[in-house]
Amino acid sequence: MTAWLTVLDAGPMTTVQDLGRRGFAHLGVPRSGALDAESAGYANRLVGNPVDAAVLETTLGGVAVRVDGQVSVAVTGAPAGVTVEGRPRPFAETFTVRRGETVTVGPALSGLRSYLAFSGGVDAPPVLGSRSTDTLSGLGPPQLTAGMNLPLGEPVGSPHGVDVPVVLGHPDSVRVRIVPGPRLDWFAEDVLGLLSSSTYTVSADSNRVGVRLEGAPLTRRESRELPSEGLVLGAVQVPASGQPLVFLNDHPTTGGYPVVGVVTAEDLGMCAQLRPGSRLRFVPA
Amino acid sequence: MRLLRVGGDSLLVEVSDTAAAMRVYDEALRREVEAADVVPAARTVLFAGVPDLARLEKELAEWEPEQETTPPAAQGPVVEVPTVYDGPDLDSVARHWAVTTREVVERHTSQEMFVAFCGFSPGFAYCTGPATTLPVPRLAEPRTRVPAGAVGLADLFTGVYPSESPGGWQLIGRTDLVLWDERREQPATLAPGTRVRFVEVPR
Repeated sequence: MTAWLTVLDAGPMTTVQDLGRRGFAHLGVPRSGALDAESAGYANRLVGNPVDAAVLETTLGGVAVRVDGQVSVAVTGAPAGVTVEGRPRPFAETFTVRRGETVTVGPALSGLRSYLAFSGGVDAPPVLGSRSTDTLSGLGPPQLTAGMNLPLGEPVGSPHGVDVPVVLGHPDSVRVRIVPGPRLDWFAEDVLGLLSSSTYTVSADSNRVGVRLEGAPLTRRESRELPSEGLVLGAVQVPASGQPLVFLNDHPTTGGYPVVGVVTAEDLGMCAQLRPGSRLRFVPA
Repeated sequence: MRLLRVGGDSLLVEVSDTAAAMRVYDEALRREVEAADVVPAARTVLFAGVPDLARLEKELAEWEPEQETTPPAAQGPVVEVPTVYDGPDLDSVARHWAVTTREVVERHTSQEMFVAFCGFSPGFAYCTGPATTLPVPRLAEPRTRVPAGAVGLADLFTGVYPSESPGGWQLIGRTDLVLWDERREQPATLAPGTRVRFVEVPR
């Protein structure tokens, strides 16, 4: 019998996310997917799901859902208080929820995005092979709102423990590795030195498209316009203001500002957990 | 042709113009290059998620996209875009080109174009061709709302808005052609490499 979720409180922003939809960038379709993919993967493994099952991704404020069915649940990513019917449950461990019970994830204690996996996965209708909400293009299921119902899939595996350490707690000051290029020659000669010696502050208008930064502006050598070119996840783009932004999963497929470097895949999850006001330093990889 | 590494697993191929980029893209599809995404753009093709960058770089060194003199090998049938030329910026474009609005329409419908690339939103195609040699500036103040089906010009490109969105292109007309439907096997009507002709229809 199909299990369902009913959203009681969607928090500031909660979306359905899986590994995203790659292979359609040439049609202007962003890749989307869980921003902290490692944490989303942990949550899925804890409840016995395949890595590509869809989970819920919260943003700072948590979420509350009523579960219509007996399922295994795990919460990872940004640490938060977890309760079932008001009784505490462990973070980053599997627990069982019975029919009609409410799972509540509180505000993130550190970091920004928590992940809730349910055995069977969130079974929203896939679009172009993915159940991810793409906040840039609007593809995929809508953002969660109170009263919304989401079906869960049939569980395929059994819950098990994780064999990798789970990061508990997210610092508000991080060092992020960056591979220089491809457009280094569009910037002033000392751009790498400036980038690696400056501390940037995460701006409040950061979102699933990118982490916007405030700090030492990166000045350009080339003043002409860059013809639109393809963008990758993690690209550090520098618009006219000189203030860099790190593109996350809902980034546009092409852009007309030069990219000074690309954050390594391993450090993207850390970027996704940065709260506004956090500090970031780039380290050449 | 310049090869620029992008992060740990991607490569940006830069060529001299849009036609050469389309030839690189065509060749990449023909050779079934191993990459998660191959993204053509104005003067580049991005190979993203490449399992073996060194091998791709070696292979690309043998391609000669700049050598061709013919237009890119746009594939398949011509997609006709039935267009009513009554856009709010038709006069502005006519002034930029120093022609009458009638001549703008005739110029825009006179020659086949091809889809150089998509971007901005799913199914938004940047169409270009030998005929579009006069650039058109973007609006100084983008519109907050451009309706689906609006046909606009910017730089050397023609674009059709697949869905309602903000936009800064100069609008010369509108079409009721459906440009995007994610339920179709080919969701974009105007995918890169598609041959396109704009056809005037009465309002």
